Amino acid sequence: MSNIKDVILDYVKREYLEDEDQVINYDTPLISGGIVDSFSMVSLKLFLEHKYNIQIPDAKATPKAFDSVNNIIALLKEFNVQ
Amino acid sequence: MAFQDTVRDSYKRELDEIRAGGIFKEERIICAPQSSEIDVEFPIGSERKRVINMCANNYLGLSSHPEVIAAARAGLDHRGYGMSSVRFICGTQDIHKELEQKLTKFLGTEDTILFPSCMDANAGVFEAILGEQDVMIADRLVHASIVDGMRLCKAQQDTFKHANMEHLEEKLQLHQKARFRIIITDGAFSMDGDLAPLDKIVALAEKYNSMVFLDDSHASGFIGKTGRGTHEHFGVVGKIDVITTTLGKALGGASGGCVSGRRELVEMCRQRARPYLFSNTIPPVVAAGANRVIDLISQSTERRDKLERNAAFWRKGLTEAGFVIKPGETPIVPVMLFNAKLSQDFARELYQEGIYAVGFFFPVVPKGQARIRTQLSAAHEQHHLEKALAAFTKVGKKFGILHLTKEQIIEKYGM
Repeated sequence: MSNIKDVILDYVKREYLEDEDQVINYDTPLISGGIVDSFSMVSLKLFLEHKYNIQIPDAKATPKAFDSVNNIIALLKEFNVQ
Repeated sequence: MAFQDTVRDSYKRELDEIRAGGIFKEERIICAPQSSEIDVEFPIGSERKRVINMCANNYLGLSSHPEVIAAARAGLDHRGYGMSSVRFICGTQDIHKELEQKLTKFLGTEDTILFPSCMDANAGVFEAILGEQDVMIADRLVHASIVDGMRLCKAQQDTFKHANMEHLEEKLQLHQKARFRIIITDGAFSMDGDLAPLDKIVALAEKYNSMVFLDDSHASGFIGKTGRGTHEHFGVVGKIDVITTTLGKALGGASGGCVSGRRELVEMCRQRARPYLFSNTIPPVVAAGANRVIDLISQSTERRDKLERNAAFWRKGLTEAGFVIKPGETPIVPVMLFNAKLSQDFARELYQEGIYAVGFFFPVVPKGQARIRTQLSAAHEQHHLEKALAAFTKVGKKFGILHLTKEQIIEKYGM
């Protein structure tokens, strides 16, 4: 699981952080913390779907479900990605 | 369910929360035509005050131009007040077709279709031209109406970092298997006042076989040597596949918008775009006024040249006074304050000094990026700008932020 966590954390850093020195971890609030807005979140959903060959319904792709790497891991478990 | 007390109480609580959060929108009542100086009643019920308007989209000062008003009046006399139907039934007049032809010529495209607003154009265009096999790749700072339009469309969505061409190229490579790719961007970004690097975007579009969509609402009429827009500024006229723009800002300021571009794409909008199919188009009075606006700005660049001079004076003046402003070359000049409450307090003090400008803060701009967005107009005379600059400087001194860096302002007031 830690590997998936790191893959997602690495993607979030590359995709969303403008400041390379900004430190984020598995619990950093991404949506409520203003790092990822609801529009930009579409690329995160797309990444997860491509990477793990799943389809995340819009009803499950909520700001809460995407608000941290740990939340995303919990969501992925529902799709048997572990 | 009837509108019972429980329902009313629920909405009241929500409105109270908005007020408590400091983001309740209060309208300022303008008791004069839109111009560089306006009479304002704010708060509602208070005495009217004459103020200099530093935050209108009236970039070319045409909102109350006598020739535009006369043309609009003639339109009212000769073509009536309302269309009373959607266009494809019985709601297209000769002056609407005339306006579409003039916009096509002005923007340097193949065809144009009018919409009730640019918000409607953006809401309708993507669904009309794209399907599930396609992908939309948008700059992350595009206007909210584009975001809404993309959400109404079944095509795949992706985004790229603001104006970051390396990131855009990565995304274009990622989506090479899609049937069509369309890169989506604003021309001038309304919050920061910067321009999309359209020449580089077009080069990438050609390299990766992609279409380009441009919302030029904050550029049409005044960006580029003859005011055609961002595509003229970057020398890519004729290479943009879809341009949406508004008649509600520089082009007369009344209302209305359009989709302009490749003939087949415009025709698809005529067949499928829901705001076109199910909503009346702009009223005759607006079409007639807008026709005159296009004539005026096609005949002379005097207004956009004056606007350019005003913007340069304003940017230089603010910088020398010690403000942190977003760099750029457009008449959108954000004065950065970083703290939301400071932006509100600053705007209130400015109003007391006779200046009308509004503070912007999260969620309209990212957290920690609060600002006063100022906008220049060709209607501003030198004395307006000098008075406004003196007022900004006085208020800046009062809050002790002049000649401070971003970090120092944040240290003083927080984010």
